[in-house]
Amino acid sequence: MMLIPCPHCGPRAHAEFTFDRPVEAITRPDDTADALVRNLFSRDNPRGHSRELWRHTYGCRAWIALTRDTATHAITDVQAWGAKA
Amino acid sequence: MSGGSRLPAGGLIDRSRTLRFGFDGRDFTGHPGDTLASALLASGVRVFGRSFKYHRTRGLLAAGVEEPSALVGAGEGGRFEPNTRATDLHLYDGLVAESQNRWPSLALDVGAVNQLIAPFIPAGFYYKTFLGPPALWKLYEHVIRAAAGLGRPPHLPDPDRYERRAAFCDVLVVGAGPAGLSAALAAARSGARVALAEMDSRLGGSLLGDPAQIDGQPARDWIAASETELRTLGVRVLTRTTAIGYYDHDMVYLAERVVEPGAATGDDGIAQRMWRMRAGRVILAQGAIERPLPFEDNDRPGVMLSGAVRTYLDRFGVAAGQRIVLATSSDDAYRTAIRLCDAGVRVEALLDARSGDAIDADLLRRTRDRCPVETGVRPVRALGGAKGVTGLAAAAAGGAASFIADVIAVSGGLTPSVHLHMQAGGGLDWDEGRGIFTPTAPRQGQVSIGACAGRFGLADALSDAWRAGLDAAAATGGRPVADTPPRFEGRAFADQISAFVPAPGVNPKKVFVDPQNDVTLGDLDLAWREGYRSVEHQKRYTTLGMATDQGKTSNLIGLARLAQNEGRPAPQVGLTTFRPPFIPTTLGLWAGEDAGFHVTPLRRTPLHDQHAAFDPPWQAVGYWRRPRAYLRAGETLATAALREARMVRTTVGITDVSTLGKFEVSGPDAAQLLERVCATSVSKLAVGRGRYTFMLREDGLVNDDGTVWRLAEDRFLLTSSTGGADRMAGLISYVRNVLYPDLRVGAANVQEHHAAIAVAGPRARAVIAAVVEGMAPPRHMSLGRGVVAGVPVLVIAASYSGERAFEVYAPSHQAVAVWTALAEAAQAQDGGLYGLEALEILRVEKGHVETGGEIDGRTSAHDLRLEKMLNPRGGYVGQLAQQRPAFADPDRLQFVGVESLGGPIAEGSMLVERPGFAVQGHVTAAGLRVLEEGFVGLALLKGGRARPGDELLAWSPTRTASARVRVCEPVFHDPAGERYRD
Repeated sequence: MMLIPCPHCGPRAHAEFTFDRPVEAITRPDDTADALVRNLFSRDNPRGHSRELWRHTYGCRAWIALTRDTATHAITDVQAWGAKA
Repeated sequence: MSGGSRLPAGGLIDRSRTLRFGFDGRDFTGHPGDTLASALLASGVRVFGRSFKYHRTRGLLAAGVEEPSALVGAGEGGRFEPNTRATDLHLYDGLVAESQNRWPSLALDVGAVNQLIAPFIPAGFYYKTFLGPPALWKLYEHVIRAAAGLGRPPHLPDPDRYERRAAFCDVLVVGAGPAGLSAALAAARSGARVALAEMDSRLGGSLLGDPAQIDGQPARDWIAASETELRTLGVRVLTRTTAIGYYDHDMVYLAERVVEPGAATGDDGIAQRMWRMRAGRVILAQGAIERPLPFEDNDRPGVMLSGAVRTYLDRFGVAAGQRIVLATSSDDAYRTAIRLCDAGVRVEALLDARSGDAIDADLLRRTRDRCPVETGVRPVRALGGAKGVTGLAAAAAGGAASFIADVIAVSGGLTPSVHLHMQAGGGLDWDEGRGIFTPTAPRQGQVSIGACAGRFGLADALSDAWRAGLDAAAATGGRPVADTPPRFEGRAFADQISAFVPAPGVNPKKVFVDPQNDVTLGDLDLAWREGYRSVEHQKRYTTLGMATDQGKTSNLIGLARLAQNEGRPAPQVGLTTFRPPFIPTTLGLWAGEDAGFHVTPLRRTPLHDQHAAFDPPWQAVGYWRRPRAYLRAGETLATAALREARMVRTTVGITDVSTLGKFEVSGPDAAQLLERVCATSVSKLAVGRGRYTFMLREDGLVNDDGTVWRLAEDRFLLTSSTGGADRMAGLISYVRNVLYPDLRVGAANVQEHHAAIAVAGPRARAVIAAVVEGMAPPRHMSLGRGVVAGVPVLVIAASYSGERAFEVYAPSHQAVAVWTALAEAAQAQDGGLYGLEALEILRVEKGHVETGGEIDGRTSAHDLRLEKMLNPRGGYVGQLAQQRPAFADPDRLQFVGVESLGGPIAEGSMLVERPGFAVQGHVTAAGLRVLEEGFVGLALLKGGRARPGDELLAWSPTRTASARVRVCEPVFHDPAGERYRD
């Protein structure tokens, strides 16, 4: 179980978080249809570096972007994400 | 006379006390400090079980967790635990144990006939034999299932508790042998917060009972002093605790046996405890497991590992046999031979596969002073039969010889236990000379020391460990001490050569590699010839290394055979994956406290007690529990539900809808946010008005539905389905924070802040008028604010039932008074309470879609006849994806009504022309006409919107029900909505 450093709460167990998607798969309603289909149905599944959107669902509920190695689970960077309260 | 016996002295057992226990219905005795295995061995028992496939008799191979054969069921009733290793079961008074895989008894076993047909049960036997028409599987299955599986499950509920604990430490040391103790001492003295996990009941590992001198004192005293010091330094010392899994970011699961298998628990009722230990650094000192040697009939009772024979002698004061012959390719057997001779046990000979010049001359001389040692000799065949070995036939370059013996102690060298290192993502180096993999390239915070790192010499292990302990402490903020490591100046007994290949002339079909699964070298050869050349295929085809021991003594031998057949070096052939858990664990340990009532959380609405007073049948809805109906005397669920539905259609009913999702959205950009989340328009809604709405997923399919209400210019209330509430909370947060972080808006999940009570029926207006003060009943799809029984409420006029209806929102903590007032007023109007079943009947008749029913994650807005409500300005989640070509397919499953031409329709029925014909759709909800005769339902049908009038069969073979139905518009009650108007 990974230990994820929440920028608001400090290091917390993986079980408190939910994975949402790779950051590049964020699609806005006003994007093109091509971009949408690519993000929904033909994402890459990289081995190694991956920047991902997670949510501290069972904690502060904030969204975070973390940079993770999908092969080793090493987390190299975490950023707060989203609206300022 | 053959077999084991207790020696008059020696061992770490308490001879002053006697423990009584039963094994296969016979009474035995042992002493505190014994394992079940040592006590039975001391009593002369040689046969401990029968093998899985051939039902060959098996004795003890090992003295620890690696034991493949001596599996027993321990305990009685709900505490019965199968597949417990006799070597890992510490004796207690009153233990009841039984052997496995035999019927009716160990001595007389009917399944043993399999031995006679052994030549006909080769590798992959079941795969090959039971090929054929699938229908025949029904015949095979009973035979195979009866023969399959190890042990039997308990038949009663487990009365004990299993606890789960989370813990943290700077340095976790796994294994409290000499290396583990040395590392723990170094780390603890350097100020680190240390935890030490040892699977045995006491610390010491391979030093237990050993005469070695450490720091000038007997090992036994050094162990005791070390333990005292560790405890004084605040180290968390966990015995009977096995590190079973090494997970990401240095999370190690430790399985602690609070009581022995089958034993009664203490006052706290806890049988086992799972520690989730998060460590800064993990020092792996798991040790090594000895492997057997390949010769014919090497599975017979009496063939034991050399180290095990020494453990039984030193630790338990048991001579494993009367006349012992040792066969070896390592120094370990010398250590055993010397100990046996010094304890007065007769050693017939020590046979070493190595040539004399490859062995330390001093070691040879010292051993030869005590017993005959033959070099360049290899075992060929165990002599004897089902009751145990009577001797050993061996071969040397010059000829053959045989020895009389009741125990053949074998050592094929040590295999480092790299399990946890590999689970943590580490790499391995291959050491061809010694035939071992050693850990390398750690990926997490792990470091391997001592025997599990391939450092078999005691002096090396102690000093390596010390250094690792200092380093781990330094890495986690400690200050390394300058003390010197524990010192051992005796003999290392560390040399070995790989001995995977049997002596010339040995029949590989009689050489057992994996005694637990009855896999021989011949089976591995056959699998290879048949094309199973990957180590993973070999494992699955032959079952090598499966089941309870996971190949702890056999995997490397099997790998070496494959490498030999392939003509490739072992590292190129590769290893099977080391998966947790390291030892078999009971399911209770994983379940922890999440058993019985605690399997899932229970969410109660604020009105739960009001429902519970009726003792209603409950319906689980997510974690919620809702009453299905309020039954009266003599009613069934169906008749009660129909009565309640008729009550709503004719007078008035009230029901608890507090489980609905509720969100408050406020701020200047509140409408904008909602028009992103919802697929309908929101901004045009007048203050005080509400409307039906639905949300899409990003792929364009309908996600959930609900209503949206404008409480003020910049403030909205959004409701969603019960089951969709958490999903909607996530969607709103995602849209707000990730897609549109600049909107000036806040969104709060107020699901549990408000109780919600629906009031529905022709007299609902009268109830609201009578109960709510300070407000006239609002028009349909409008809202008002008033007071009920002194409680401020929000009243929205919306209908799910098809009748004039209201939902009364009250603060959760004050909801009971509101409920009581509404219930009394409803009663005064000849109405009452209704439950979930009536709610369903009413909404089906009205043709409202339901999340989980028609909104099934596969239907679009168009499929559900909702397309006219889509916001023409777009901009909502899922809009773009609706342009995908599949959405225009005329054959999509579309929302229709079905009207029965005969009897009831079964929910879930397929819609077909005739039984067995192509499925055209299915019935999502079945119901009836509440006030008239007839059965109706809602369905999803291929191209259904264009097919009113079609006749089909609603066919449910599983419910053996079918009804002819006519396709129609999905509204059976008040299609014009006239009943909403006053």
